[in-house]
Amino acid sequence: MMDFLTPVTWADALAVKADRPEAVPVAGGTDVMVELNFHRRRPAALLDLTRVPELAAWGRDGDVLRVGAGVSYTRLIEELGGLLPGLAAASRTVGSPQIRNRGTLGGNLGSASPAGDGHPPLLAAGAVVELASVRGTREVPVADFFTGPKRSVLAPDELIAAVLVAPADGPEQFAKIGTRNAMVIAVSSFALALHPGRRSVGTGIGSAAPTPRRAPEAEEFAAAHLPWDGPGPLDPDLARRFGELVSAAAAPIDDVRGTAAYRRHSLSVLARRTLTWAWEELCE
Amino acid sequence: MTTIPFTEPLGTAGSCAFSVAGTTENAQDIESLAGAAPAGPARIADRVRRSGQVAQVRPADATRPTAQVRVGARPTGLDVRVGGGVGSSPQRPDGRLKVSGEFAFSSDLWADDMLWGATLRSPYPRAKLTGLDLTAAVALPGVYAVLTAQDVPGRRVYGLEHADQPVLAGTEIRYQGEPIAIVAADHPETARRAASLIKADYEVLAPVTDPDAALLPGSDRVHADRPNLLRHVPIRKGDPAATAPVVVTGEYQVGMQDQAFLGPESGLAVPAEDGGVDLYIATQWLHVDQQQVAACLGLPQEKVRLTLAGVGGAFGAREDLSMQVHACLLALRTGRPVKMVYGREESFFGHVHRHPARLRYEHGADRDGRLVYVKASIVLDGGAYASSTGAVVANAATLGIGPYDVPNVVMDAYGLYTNNPPCGAMRGFGAVQACFAYESQMDRLAAAVGLDPVEVRLRNALTTGDRMPTGQLVEGPAPVAELLRLVRERPQAPAGADFPPGGTANTTRGEGVVRGVGYAIGIKNVCFSEGFDDFATARVRLELVGGRPAALVHTAAAEVGQGLVTVQAQIVRTELGVEQVTIAPADTSVGSAGSSSASRQTYMTGGAVRAACLALRARLAARLTALGRAPSTSDNDKKGPFLSAEEWVGALEAGALEETVEWRHRPTHALDPETGQGDAHVQYAFAAHRATVDVDVELGLVKVVEIATAQDVGKAVNPQAVAGQIQGGTAQGLGLALMEEIQVVDGMVRNPSFTDYLLPTIMDMPPMRLDVLELADPHSPYGLRGVGEPPTISSTPAVVAAIRAATGAALTRVPVRPEHIVGA
Repeated sequence: MMDFLTPVTWADALAVKADRPEAVPVAGGTDVMVELNFHRRRPAALLDLTRVPELAAWGRDGDVLRVGAGVSYTRLIEELGGLLPGLAAASRTVGSPQIRNRGTLGGNLGSASPAGDGHPPLLAAGAVVELASVRGTREVPVADFFTGPKRSVLAPDELIAAVLVAPADGPEQFAKIGTRNAMVIAVSSFALALHPGRRSVGTGIGSAAPTPRRAPEAEEFAAAHLPWDGPGPLDPDLARRFGELVSAAAAPIDDVRGTAAYRRHSLSVLARRTLTWAWEELCE
Repeated sequence: MTTIPFTEPLGTAGSCAFSVAGTTENAQDIESLAGAAPAGPARIADRVRRSGQVAQVRPADATRPTAQVRVGARPTGLDVRVGGGVGSSPQRPDGRLKVSGEFAFSSDLWADDMLWGATLRSPYPRAKLTGLDLTAAVALPGVYAVLTAQDVPGRRVYGLEHADQPVLAGTEIRYQGEPIAIVAADHPETARRAASLIKADYEVLAPVTDPDAALLPGSDRVHADRPNLLRHVPIRKGDPAATAPVVVTGEYQVGMQDQAFLGPESGLAVPAEDGGVDLYIATQWLHVDQQQVAACLGLPQEKVRLTLAGVGGAFGAREDLSMQVHACLLALRTGRPVKMVYGREESFFGHVHRHPARLRYEHGADRDGRLVYVKASIVLDGGAYASSTGAVVANAATLGIGPYDVPNVVMDAYGLYTNNPPCGAMRGFGAVQACFAYESQMDRLAAAVGLDPVEVRLRNALTTGDRMPTGQLVEGPAPVAELLRLVRERPQAPAGADFPPGGTANTTRGEGVVRGVGYAIGIKNVCFSEGFDDFATARVRLELVGGRPAALVHTAAAEVGQGLVTVQAQIVRTELGVEQVTIAPADTSVGSAGSSSASRQTYMTGGAVRAACLALRARLAARLTALGRAPSTSDNDKKGPFLSAEEWVGALEAGALEETVEWRHRPTHALDPETGQGDAHVQYAFAAHRATVDVDVELGLVKVVEIATAQDVGKAVNPQAVAGQIQGGTAQGLGLALMEEIQVVDGMVRNPSFTDYLLPTIMDMPPMRLDVLELADPHSPYGLRGVGEPPTISSTPAVVAAIRAATGAALTRVPVRPEHIVGA
């Protein structure tokens, strides 16, 4: 037997999670139900979050957007594509239309897969995850959220409430490698955000390390060397060097989806190309 | 006899049989025929529940057909007397149900008091089973039976060619996933939990996984009582020491492809009052299942009755038994109906796969590119059990130099036992692996002699009157050159594409993208070979229904999605001029139809239905003559109906007419075991492909932009179904070229899911341009040529050739992975 817990308010959801910390939260079910169907896990309880209206909302909170954990990929594309273009681009590469209708940003974070498509753009944008429990609320930078493959800082009594992220203040890019042209888990992925106002660069690497991660050296290199003062064509050597630094930041493995060497190689290409495109966009 | 209608195997049985008539004037309810349904199946039908599961279609089937049918030599006169006959494309009777999710597949079978079966499988590829403790499983509430090898009452092994595969493993475990014990419980979850509670002790052994090494003397034996070499087929033609000025060599590998049918292995076994069992099952060949199941149950065949349930794809993977014996064992032990349905992951362990292959070729030619000799060695990894490896080896050997006229051939094909997953039948059946190698070689030869790839093929093209390496004369049309010219002459795909390699994942805006074009042609045998007594049985019954003639066709032929039910009705309409045709459910109460494989069912069961119709025509004429009423129209008069409405009444009012015919193709012969000489095949079929690809050469990502194909089908009995077969087969070949592989490491499957066993999607499969030739084969019904397999064979090497053209990479292994292209 498995309990199916169905809170209808956020307060109830937190209370139930405090009471039943072993309950596995389920939103769109696009990860959790696969695990169940493959008999990889048999939780004592599922905590259904689809009836909690607060989770499905997004809005502005001062300078940042607060995107509820229950917002689907389809809505990220349709409603937030202008404000968060990198996240929207990543959302377009998730599964099929059916999966994008069901799957949620919070679910992506909760699964904490190194291959989660939503993670690199959140890293690049410097997003913060809002975690909640009956004990209160805390905010964790996305870069500190993941602790290992499918592991995060989420405490047993906590739920993911929302993601806090500033709207894009410059070009954002996301690119993903898969061995077919749709409906594929990333072999590697890369997200980039340019912040011309503060002359900084954000990055996010997917599927090429135990967790999604940034490429700090590449960020610093690009921030220092991009021709912010006189925008013009990008020096190909600069883009190439940026790609090398992104590649060097990865720690990939060989697995059924690809080799470590290919992951490193593809990241260098994606980083070079996306930087070139982002810079072109900035110059337009 | 059981008459659960095909379209809704158990859904509305007894209430209404479908009419396969596609046109509105034909789409009449012919309930009276179905009214003959006896109580037995209706009893089950009453307990049926439909799941509403959505029918899924392989993505390729959704691509836009652009078929051009070009008629060559005109087939035998086929002026159709009524609509919906041979050469037309009536609507499939199951089409609407499938796309609307109402079709009942075998996994939807239901009986109210049924139990659920589950299987305990070995986690190791090679081990000795040293202990089995069932205590905890048996004690679990809801469990009705836990059975092991000791509980198999009859023969404990089964197999298509050699009975070498245990129903349940005894002490020897030979592959990962081998069944060890089975459980029946009142809930599927309980059954699975009980299976997991069985305590099995293993002595784990090092698996034999390298087929080359398995061939060496001194290798560990997979089966203690026989060598690892399962079959060796040598073929010798001409001078084995022939030399040539131009020599190209190559070594190629083909990964393990899966049939990836969408409907998992499933069925329902119902114990009968006579001590026998009724099995409702998705299979490709009811009678060969019946023989094997009866032998394992220790029952006479007549007590094991099989009815075809809704089949969710086959592609060869349902030729071998999966859960058939298990479900029957549990049903007979518990006295309750038992349903078994594999999950997706279990399905990867529940059926055989395409043989992985290593192929070593040497082609010798003169400086003009004309082949002087081919020497080749093909090693096929059969895995733990024989399945149909022997026949696959023979196909690889006999078809292994391709559709080319070569004077000197030294070919050796081997099938090996290893502790890898068992391999057997899959669409293309040995011809696929060889074609990737010989077509890659033809491109190398073209480069070596400075010829265009099509030109070098044209110079060596097989044609009528040539002899195969087996010495068999190529009779009838063999339009190899014409098919190549057709795909070459097609206008090139327009520049640009809907989207670049990488799809919507934003990997390029044109950077690194290079276009390439590649060609390939393949050859396949149709029907069973090597002297096999290959026959099909059809029973056709004519009677008056509401004062009009109606036909009931009863065969055991498995409709696996290919459209055979439609074809059977088309043939009846053409031969008898009867509009109303009902296809009875396929079951074992009528004689064997043989397998729905080897591209043979339209040829064989179609041939049997036609023969039964011809016999009925003779009986109709005799009846009318006896009544002093000679038929108003002669056989040669192609205008108007065969009989007038009045004559039909006259002929049938005395009672129904029925004919059962067992029909055979012309005999084939065994291969000489030392020289491989012999007329082993019934018919050859050919298809050519031209693939156009865009490759991101920096990232190694591929988008196939267009595929043009040309195939001779002899006669397109159902042009829409022909186009569907060509598109679906081409997609399956594209899958092998680019992504489809069961990855096996140390005997362990690493990707048993559709998350990581990738199939082409609509974003991967491009629009196709089809040329369909109708060059009649004088030996086959209507001149037709088997259609199902040839498209799968040459699409793989065509796609790879196109990638090579774009990148210059050698690409000697399929599936091609991005790292192979970029060298990372």
